[in-house]
Amino acid sequence: MVLAQDLTKHYRVALKEDSLLATWRHFLFRQYRTVQAVEGVSFRIERGEVVGFLGPNGAGKTTTLKMLTGLIHPTRGQAVVAGHVPWRREKAFLKKITLVMGNKQQLIWDLPAWDTFRLNAAIYEIPEEEFKKRVRELSDMLSLTEKLHQPVRKLSLGERMKAELLAALLHRPEVLFLDEPTLGLDINAQVAVREFIREYNRRYGATVLLTSHYMADIAALAERVLVIHQGKLLYDGALEGLLERFAPYREVGLVLAQPLPKEALLPFGEVRVLEGLKARLLVPRERLTERVAEILKRLPVEDLEVREPPLEEVIARVYKIAPLAHTLEEV
Amino acid sequence: MRKARVLLSVYLAYMLEYRAELFLWALAGALPLILLGVWTEAARGGDFPLSPGEFARYFLMVFLVRQATVVWVVWEFERDVVEGRLSFRLLRPLDPFWEHLAAHVAERLARFPFVVLLVLLFFWIFPEARFVPEPLPLLLGLLFTFLAFLLRYLMQYTIAMLTFFSERAVSVEEVFFLLYLFLSGTIAPLEVFPEPLRTLALLTPFPYLVYLPAALLAGQEVDLLPGIWIMLFWGGALLLLWRLLWRLGLRHYSGQGA
Repeated sequence: MVLAQDLTKHYRVALKEDSLLATWRHFLFRQYRTVQAVEGVSFRIERGEVVGFLGPNGAGKTTTLKMLTGLIHPTRGQAVVAGHVPWRREKAFLKKITLVMGNKQQLIWDLPAWDTFRLNAAIYEIPEEEFKKRVRELSDMLSLTEKLHQPVRKLSLGERMKAELLAALLHRPEVLFLDEPTLGLDINAQVAVREFIREYNRRYGATVLLTSHYMADIAALAERVLVIHQGKLLYDGALEGLLERFAPYREVGLVLAQPLPKEALLPFGEVRVLEGLKARLLVPRERLTERVAEILKRLPVEDLEVREPPLEEVIARVYKIAPLAHTLEEV
Repeated sequence: MRKARVLLSVYLAYMLEYRAELFLWALAGALPLILLGVWTEAARGGDFPLSPGEFARYFLMVFLVRQATVVWVVWEFERDVVEGRLSFRLLRPLDPFWEHLAAHVAERLARFPFVVLLVLLFFWIFPEARFVPEPLPLLLGLLFTFLAFLLRYLMQYTIAMLTFFSERAVSVEEVFFLLYLFLSGTIAPLEVFPEPLRTLALLTPFPYLVYLPAALLAGQEVDLLPGIWIMLFWGGALLLLWRLLWRLGLRHYSGQGA
């Protein structure tokens, strides 16, 4: 459904130093440098798959999404999405895909969301009756029915994002590119949007490529993740595999009976948090049983819990390791 | 057909959200009405090819033609590119050209009552401008006003394509606007231009944007035939240039901020 082969995007940005002389130099003799935004990215996503796309800011996620949606031409490489080459921007292709950007909106600000839906229905040539049916169905799924006739500017951030999703999915696309769809939303709205995406995928068998800074989104929706850093793909596989490979340790949470100095905990693992009676240690996975037994034997412990390290920490670790070695094998 | 109907109705609803602004926009186009006063006064005391009454009628029609042909697409397009909103338009299976065109036509409909109000006000202030138009010149004038709008829109949309390359196409439009103001007959009817300048001006697209439809509507005698061909030539040339710049521009578009 989505195929990217050696996808590469380089572009030029003007260089400017911070002085009056540099400003004049910039005006007269502009200098550029080439940014390698995406470098030889290849992957394949099957129909109905939900894939998380992870990477720090500036890693190349959005540039990749822009190439896959046909907004920009690649410098090199090939892509096929829903049977089309994206940058040819054929009408049949545009009717099969959608791109939702959490930090941008397509809704007409001063009019009710209903008007944008009407406009999209006409542009995507959805028959009148079918259009009403789809709005009913999607607004039910999003619990948005009451808000369709209020001006967009009067909606809360969460309601606006739901309306954005509705506008973007009205033509029932087969491939969804979601770029930070839960950005800035409160926990309830995040959960609602997440549930909706899951339900849409289940009901219509849509393929989803999702970027998010909220690991809860990725953990809840995606079984497979792509990790990109400095334009290169570092990992493509199951979410659990990412944890195994990049986080070969477990987190041990302790509630102590009495306060202890940090030094007392150091023999058992890396102390990540020590606040009063609560502590968090990182323990190598292969020594977990032995260390837990020692902790219980030697420390005044009231409660002990073993869990996976937070996904955020794992990802941060991947990014930290990545500059040193650019291929998965090297990492 | 449904597409056009819905586009118009949604954008009309959008424009009607700005009632006060519509009145101010209509008022902002009142330059010809100021020039009307200047030229009728000058015609009373000097030797001009048009009488004071003809000057008054001409400038009133210039006001109406400009109200019907005002275009701002270059500002919209530039904002779309700079703020990354163009991405949403590009993702839809409809060329943004048509969406912007619908917004312009809808604005015309919303502006119409305010324009009528201003015309009535000026008929009251300048009674010599009152006249009953002949049906044929009126119909031809309306047709050429519509064509002038399309040509002006196409011209500005083509300039807007430069946003792909410079991100400040508005500055190019501002240079064009100077030529437009001078050569279109907005400041003075072409009858008062020196002959060589008049001949030169008539080869450019500008007189067909204001002078030709305004003169027709004002009931002046106008030589139509070369004008139609020149209009068609510029229309065709701009059409080709628009499509060329669009294709090249899309390749160049880096989607910053999208």
